[in-house]
Amino acid sequence: MAKVPKPEELSKIDYKPSKKRWMDTPVEFKEGMFCHGTRAKYLETVGFPNPREWSSKDEDWKLPENWKEIVLEAIKERLGKYRSFRLFMDICVRCGACADKCQFFLGTGDPRNMPVLRAELMRSVYRRYFTAPGKIMGRLAGGRELTYDVLKEWWYYFYQCSECRRCSVFCPYGIDQAEITMIGREILNLLGLNTDWIAGPVANCYAKGNHLGLEPHTIKSNIEFMLDDIETITGIRIEPTFNRKGAEILFVTPSGDLFGDPGTYTCMGYLMLFHELGLDYTWSTYASEGGNFGFFTSMEMAKRLNAKIYAEAKRLGVKWILGGECGHMWRVINQYMDTWNGPADFLEVPVSPITGSRFDNARATRMVHVAEFTADLIKQGKLKLDPTRNDHLKVTFHDSCNTARGMGIFEEPRYIIKNVCNHFYEMPEDTIREKTFCCGSGAGLNAGENMELRMRGGFPRANAVNYVHQRYGVNMLANICAIDRAALPTLMDYWVPGVKVTGVHELVANALVMKGEKERTQDLRLEPLPGKEGAENV
Amino acid sequence: MGALFSFVAVILLILLAYVGVEVAGMQPIFGIVIPYAAVLTFIAGVIYRVIKWGRSPIPFHIPTTCGQQKSLPWIKQNKLENPSSSTGVIGRMALEVFLFRSLFRLSKSELRDGRLAYGSDKWLWLAGMAFHWSFLIVLLRHIRFFATPVPSYLNLLESLDGFLQVGVPRLFMTGIILLLAVTYLLLRRFYIPQVRYISLTSDYIPLFLIMAVASTGILMRYFFKVDIVGVKELTMGLVSFNPTIPKGIGVIFYIHIFLISILFAYFPFSKLVHMGGVFLSPTRNLANNSRMVRHINPWNYPVKFHSYEEYEEEFRKKMKDAGIPVEKE
Amino acid sequence: MYDGGKILFGILIFLAFVTFPFYNDIGKANVKPEPKIDTPEIQKLPQKKCVEPKAFMKAEHMKLLNEWRDSAVRDGNRVYVASDGKRYIISLQNTCMRCHSNKKEFCDKCHNYAEVNPYCWDCHIAPKEAKIAPKEAKNEY
Repeated sequence: MAKVPKPEELSKIDYKPSKKRWMDTPVEFKEGMFCHGTRAKYLETVGFPNPREWSSKDEDWKLPENWKEIVLEAIKERLGKYRSFRLFMDICVRCGACADKCQFFLGTGDPRNMPVLRAELMRSVYRRYFTAPGKIMGRLAGGRELTYDVLKEWWYYFYQCSECRRCSVFCPYGIDQAEITMIGREILNLLGLNTDWIAGPVANCYAKGNHLGLEPHTIKSNIEFMLDDIETITGIRIEPTFNRKGAEILFVTPSGDLFGDPGTYTCMGYLMLFHELGLDYTWSTYASEGGNFGFFTSMEMAKRLNAKIYAEAKRLGVKWILGGECGHMWRVINQYMDTWNGPADFLEVPVSPITGSRFDNARATRMVHVAEFTADLIKQGKLKLDPTRNDHLKVTFHDSCNTARGMGIFEEPRYIIKNVCNHFYEMPEDTIREKTFCCGSGAGLNAGENMELRMRGGFPRANAVNYVHQRYGVNMLANICAIDRAALPTLMDYWVPGVKVTGVHELVANALVMKGEKERTQDLRLEPLPGKEGAENV
Repeated sequence: MGALFSFVAVILLILLAYVGVEVAGMQPIFGIVIPYAAVLTFIAGVIYRVIKWGRSPIPFHIPTTCGQQKSLPWIKQNKLENPSSSTGVIGRMALEVFLFRSLFRLSKSELRDGRLAYGSDKWLWLAGMAFHWSFLIVLLRHIRFFATPVPSYLNLLESLDGFLQVGVPRLFMTGIILLLAVTYLLLRRFYIPQVRYISLTSDYIPLFLIMAVASTGILMRYFFKVDIVGVKELTMGLVSFNPTIPKGIGVIFYIHIFLISILFAYFPFSKLVHMGGVFLSPTRNLANNSRMVRHINPWNYPVKFHSYEEYEEEFRKKMKDAGIPVEKE
Repeated sequence: MYDGGKILFGILIFLAFVTFPFYNDIGKANVKPEPKIDTPEIQKLPQKKCVEPKAFMKAEHMKLLNEWRDSAVRDGNRVYVASDGKRYIISLQNTCMRCHSNKKEFCDKCHNYAEVNPYCWDCHIAPKEAKIAPKEAKNEY
């Protein structure tokens, strides 16, 4: 892992671009800012082009002879397939509204990380090969030759974008750099240019059902570890089911929740909540991934991975699907799943068996977000909660980019948190809700070798957390995203030591008073509950 | 360099019109042929562009949601920033097109002692609004050259625009605002380092061109007066397809109409098409209802995915050992 | 999803706007206004000329009138020395309109054609014959 400079050094950022024009400034690959190139075996698993051993640090990336043709042909094809792409290539006026809206620009000061310029990397090639002025006048019309260096530049910068869509909130025409990045990455994938950190999970998910490559028995045993902990904490033994036919609900969550803190605590939260409700639900080891790294690869790959959820729901004969806390998973479910793999006519419109509420907003997709589900439970008074158990926590909430700008789930998690915690503080207005900053590690950037990039990209988020940390003593950063739970702890340790990270359902389960539970002295992390230390049952 | 090139190009255009009319006496070319060609290019070009966009489908439903979604009945949805109905979308688009909603969000970030601070920054919004609205009013005011009798709403527009009653002919505020706004938009390209860095030649051309159009218009109205009746005779001739060149119209008029013609003809091939494009932007003009209504991707095709059967085939023993139910024992 | 219908509708609206000047003027005669100077007063003049040369008057009369107003109303000076040295009394009604007594046939001809709405008649009383002119009634400001 590359050494990351100290926070004091990293936070000295120069936003002033050089005098030299960007087309004349060659790209320098900086250690710590990019990922390893993908291994051949991952590409082979999913049948992707050009599998070979290569390194992103090498001069020669071992591209096929006709790489240029492939790229231009791919651009042409996508111009015809995506109105967004064609339009966004044409209508940017370079007003600069987006320039300082990207966390990667704010964290690096690298002008190519301004969304407008990241888009221009592609647009310049588009102009040169696909517009009349560009074909005739070339550079004068903003056109640029597609060269090997341009390709490398694309790779470097399209993997410095977390597809968070923050730029598109401020753009007067709604130009969404995520769309351009996604198409850029899709094109790069035609040449076998992916990162190991993305291609690995994709291959795992394809073959084994989840990004982490957990096999069925491992999923079960991981959950059993959690059940042991739950028994220690509550005295209650929970017995969830796996791949059970005839269950009412299929529960799908990102596999990150099955493995590694603090995601596992969130997972324990689901288990405890569903047990307390007596919910007729099942886990699946086959569709054991809510997240979708295929989405960071190509639309087709994303669809191939996503297909399993409906396929499994159909096989098990469930009535509807409940989805766990995850960011890009929910952008995919909200905006893509039904279009790709629907119609879900074998399912029913979701109705909460506990409250009888009908989730009309999910009447086509038939998949409900667990925060919607739980908010409804609390509103209908179905949960007995003791928020004082979270009194040692001062909580703030980080809106994940995808659920914020690709869905708009803002109030549900806040409503839950306010009901299970007594101390909740919002971060500054410019950093939450639709203007939220990315954790800096989204869209497949949460590898180890690009740690400096992640710390830089997460700087604006950390900076806002630090604000409430100093002002209100906030010590817990809640979120509804598995990548956040994986990435933010590192970010907090680096920028704001003393702030821990949690999923919303961990907080729920901490406050949840369960039937027949013993008096709790520990929270879900097996840490003593303040004020309850002496009350331990012997 | 882009700025200099654009500036010189516009100066050359002015000279071209000047020489063409004053020296070569090519009034019919500059007053009739070029304006006709420009308008034709403009109309055909814009339609071509829009149709070209329209021929690419919207495969996925990708609105950028900027407010609370519609979910549980007791949670207040933000119907304008995250619409789930057509009415909401129309409202959102209207805010965007008429009031530049997104630009209004603009903030400025500043790094002080390792901390980021955000402050409101409405200058670009203000200049953008001033520029586009005054341009529109100026354009509408020109209808008086293309209609007899002039529609009555134009009287109202002119009286509002000239309500200061300064000078003779009465000063129209929009002309001045237009010129000021376009100057601001140009200056920010010079002085804001990031904006300067991203600016291309094609960003400067329209600015200088519009500046020249506005300046010649203002000069003509207040300083180098031309025979206005003659001008109207010419413009009416154009729109009634009976083109004539009345004698004695000052050269500044021909420069003005030539620059406008260039602007119109340039429009469809430049970033100026954002005028039409904003209406088609899928991150703005779609309702966030994709969990309620199924959307069809016209090029959707079946894909190969790892089926459950293949999965069980591979893991059957492990599944059985772990007590996970299987299809085939 | 293409939304072809909506796009075509948008194109039609665009066309309706940009081609307005063309279809609005179809079949309308484009008659150039000919302001009349055949009033009895002018007929009586030995030399038919205004206070300044015709070209100047055509382009700058509004400016001249404005100067006259300022000179008479603000400075109390009611004498105008023309470029040829001749002196005139500064008065819209008694100097200008004495010759051009046909506002409807003279002033309004061009003003209406070019949609110019001078505010002379906000204060001054227009010659009687003009009162019936429909256009005049609109010049309220």
